[in-house]
Amino acid sequence: MLALIDVVLLAFLAVTAVAIVRLRDLFAAVMVTGIFSLLSAGLFTVMDAVDVAFTEASVGAGISTILMLATLAVTQDVEKKRWRRRFSPLALGVVVVTGAALVYGTFDMPRYGDPDAPIHHYLAPHFLEHTPDDINEHIPNVVTAVLASYRGYDTFGETTVIFTAAVMVLMLLGGAATIDRRRPGGGRMGANVVLRASAKPLVPLILLFGLYVQFHGDFGPGGGFQAGVIFAAGLVLYALVYGPDRAQAIFTGRRLEALVALGVLIYGGAGVAGIVLGGEFLDYDLLAADPQDGQHRGIFLVELGVGITVAAVMTTLFLLFTGRGQPAPWEDRVGESEGTP
Amino acid sequence: MTLDPGLYNYWIVILLMMTGLYTVISRGNLVKKVIGLNVFQVSVIMFYVSMGKVEGGMAPILVEEAEAVYSNPLPSVLMLTAIVVGVATTAVALALAVRIHEAYGTLEEDEILEKEYGAAGPGAADGPVDDHEPG
Repeated sequence: MLALIDVVLLAFLAVTAVAIVRLRDLFAAVMVTGIFSLLSAGLFTVMDAVDVAFTEASVGAGISTILMLATLAVTQDVEKKRWRRRFSPLALGVVVVTGAALVYGTFDMPRYGDPDAPIHHYLAPHFLEHTPDDINEHIPNVVTAVLASYRGYDTFGETTVIFTAAVMVLMLLGGAATIDRRRPGGGRMGANVVLRASAKPLVPLILLFGLYVQFHGDFGPGGGFQAGVIFAAGLVLYALVYGPDRAQAIFTGRRLEALVALGVLIYGGAGVAGIVLGGEFLDYDLLAADPQDGQHRGIFLVELGVGITVAAVMTTLFLLFTGRGQPAPWEDRVGESEGTP
Repeated sequence: MTLDPGLYNYWIVILLMMTGLYTVISRGNLVKKVIGLNVFQVSVIMFYVSMGKVEGGMAPILVEEAEAVYSNPLPSVLMLTAIVVGVATTAVALALAVRIHEAYGTLEEDEILEKEYGAAGPGAADGPVDDHEPG
């Protein structure tokens, strides 16, 4: 039954991908990309990667669709036909040859689901067997244990990449100061009573769910990455309906920027604490008298840092993109003074 | 009925990957290129996660049963961080697209090149036309 779902969903995914290439209307293409992400999230669940599915559903179908729509809102939403040629035989040739070579390569691969595949015989059994002893018997989610403890360096690097990306977008799109302050009472969506009324009870529930995913990540699917995105989705929904001004009553641009850095600092701090206590970087064993309690504490801190950074980065990105189309009043004046030197 | 997907997963992954690559190569619109890269990214993630699946296994969340079979947790760990890093880098690409649109008034590669180098294209001997000032 699961195999059938796998086959059918993958076929849908292929059809969706072809539709994305063929669509000239970028708005439609972005919406189909959202469907594409949701389908792949379903597939990840079938393949037992529940944490990945969680992330893909909230990131791919949520935040990344919103960012693309925000980009289209400030640029253009129709792809023009190429004036040179619409159909590119060279590109098709490259793609077909590469694809054929890759398909030829798959004939040496173990079939899907093969328990004897080499990938399942080196590190994975070690992690599955030793997590209750090495880390903590109260952290049954091996994905969380590997993410935050065994491969803590990796995750630290990835958190830093997210931080760096946020800094780059801040530099490119000019800081939170570009957010339009002339639009009172929220965006156009705020005019719709149904949206306002249905968003209001939904936002606190989304935020609460984000916190649940954050703190339940040790026991079930979830963790800092997913929680951060879900929390940001709640704030983004609020900003969409009530306008960026009201959304920034608590989370102002400056505070969000501080939170982006704070998360990375918490993560790094948990690592440095290991050194200060006489161990190695990201060695959680020393964070408490009992190594298992130390691991639990370390994983908690690291996941918290990831959650804070991801939530702040995603919200900042959204506010930057939506604030772009309407320059702040002082920017208008700069433009005028340039016109009449 | 028992259905064995065999290598089917990998073939669909390759189809998706090539679709993404084709979009990146053949489409001139910058946002469309970013969408193509996203399709490409999902296909790579799908590839890793497909390899991590163990037949009859369950999600790698430990249970009391002694002989429980778990799927491989490693691809999950690597891919879930890759997704979030992917959206962050996508945001950088989109921010660049927004700035390019502000400077050139278009997202089409051809039109940008035309504005930068004139109608002769980038291969022309006289080099870039200096009439453009980035915003």
